Amino acid sequence: MSEQTVQRTTVPARAAWSAVVRAGATLTITDLHGNQAVDFLVYDAGDTTVRYSAPDTIQEQGNIFLTTGSVLMSNEHTPLMTVVADDVGRHDTVGGACSKESNTLRYGHHTWSQHACVDNFLAEGARYGLGKRDLVSNINWYMNVPVEKDGTLGIVDGISAPGLSLTLRAERDVLVLVSNCPQINNPCNGFEPTAVEMTIGAPE
Amino acid sequence: MATATTYGARAHARAQEGTRAEAMPVVPASAWPAPPCEAGHLVWAETVAGGNYTHKVLARGTELRLTDLLGDACAHLLLFAADRPWERLNVADTVKVQWNAYLGEGQLLLSDQGRVLATVIADTSGRHDALCGTSGLVRNTERYGDGTPQSPSPAGRELFKLAAAKNGLAPRDLPPSLSFFQGVEVREDGSLDFTGSAGPGLSVTLRTEQDITVLLANVPHPADPREAYTSTPLEVLAWRAEATRSGDPLWEATPEGHRAFLNTAEFLAARGIA
Repeated sequence: MSEQTVQRTTVPARAAWSAVVRAGATLTITDLHGNQAVDFLVYDAGDTTVRYSAPDTIQEQGNIFLTTGSVLMSNEHTPLMTVVADDVGRHDTVGGACSKESNTLRYGHHTWSQHACVDNFLAEGARYGLGKRDLVSNINWYMNVPVEKDGTLGIVDGISAPGLSLTLRAERDVLVLVSNCPQINNPCNGFEPTAVEMTIGAPE
Repeated sequence: MATATTYGARAHARAQEGTRAEAMPVVPASAWPAPPCEAGHLVWAETVAGGNYTHKVLARGTELRLTDLLGDACAHLLLFAADRPWERLNVADTVKVQWNAYLGEGQLLLSDQGRVLATVIADTSGRHDALCGTSGLVRNTERYGDGTPQSPSPAGRELFKLAAAKNGLAPRDLPPSLSFFQGVEVREDGSLDFTGSAGPGLSVTLRTEQDITVLLANVPHPADPREAYTSTPLEVLAWRAEATRSGDPLWEATPEGHRAFLNTAEFLAARGIA
């Protein structure tokens, strides 16, 4: 750990993680083994009714992919975090989280007993008094979701690789919820979820 | 008419009965002049002004037709399971589960519980959007000078907050919304093309598959590049019909949709509803 590193945590495959990141501080997410989707929600730490909005973020930059320079906007169209570095080049804003319920639609009812991101968000959010009403469409770091000309959209093989990372700067005190995606039925985790690393850096 | 006394003020107020405005609800709905169904089946008939909102709780098996009368309506839509608002429209699941970023005929509007809230059963517009959501106060204030509900340029989110409050819901209950009649297309690099309206007189018809609370805001699409706040009336008609049943082509149209209908039917059966 460098002097500037406040906290470094390895989040195991399928696990949840959360932290408050102070204004000006950075959060680096490292895809340790490559091709691992990191489902991500962010809230104003002081007022969690102000939270990440996929549509406001898409509006703001006129693009559905996130990369360096992208500003994560709240539902009140105010900046929550900014992507200040990105080794990968594009991340998903559209696909949302996997859930036990959506898995039954996408793959079949046999998937009901499997782990899913929404359960991670609910369990981790509950520690802060957040419930189901507080879950909205989230970011999927490292997940590759192209949209074809006719609108066909889907999760395809990732373009990340072991050790690649991205760094976010908090534009205000924010609460970050992460589900290190447990999905095993699509290529978002290469059909085998792996660990990721979260590093919080001190404010500059 | 003198309004200096309570009697005069009462008479003045009562004399307004029967006034017609361009945008207003028609009550009872059966009094709507040109019903698209048997007049007695109409349950909702309203013209929503540009920059305004409306809301209604609709029973399962209601058809809801939205019409862009003059070509510059944009119907921002949110759906909640009536009386169980924690089950609500999930835009991400709606596009992901159906492998399609665009909205149109045959599509299911899915809840976060793997069930169908409503289906799109007819669409003559083809210009819709599931990506950009609605407009907000901050951006409308930057773009138009104001975004508050009573201003000439209300933001969609501000109107949704009011419609939500009238159904016992709070801002934290508002997820990303869909919008009809103003389209967006995605280029290969992920950037967006605003395609705007397909013209006046076009409509979209939804069918409710559960009892649902509908929130509608008629405001400009957030990606509308025009300098002026441009928003024209939206016609809303709803009538009693039937929910989608086994045997309907929609029921079997896709494996994902089929399972969504099965989940919905099982849920309703367990509750003793259908």
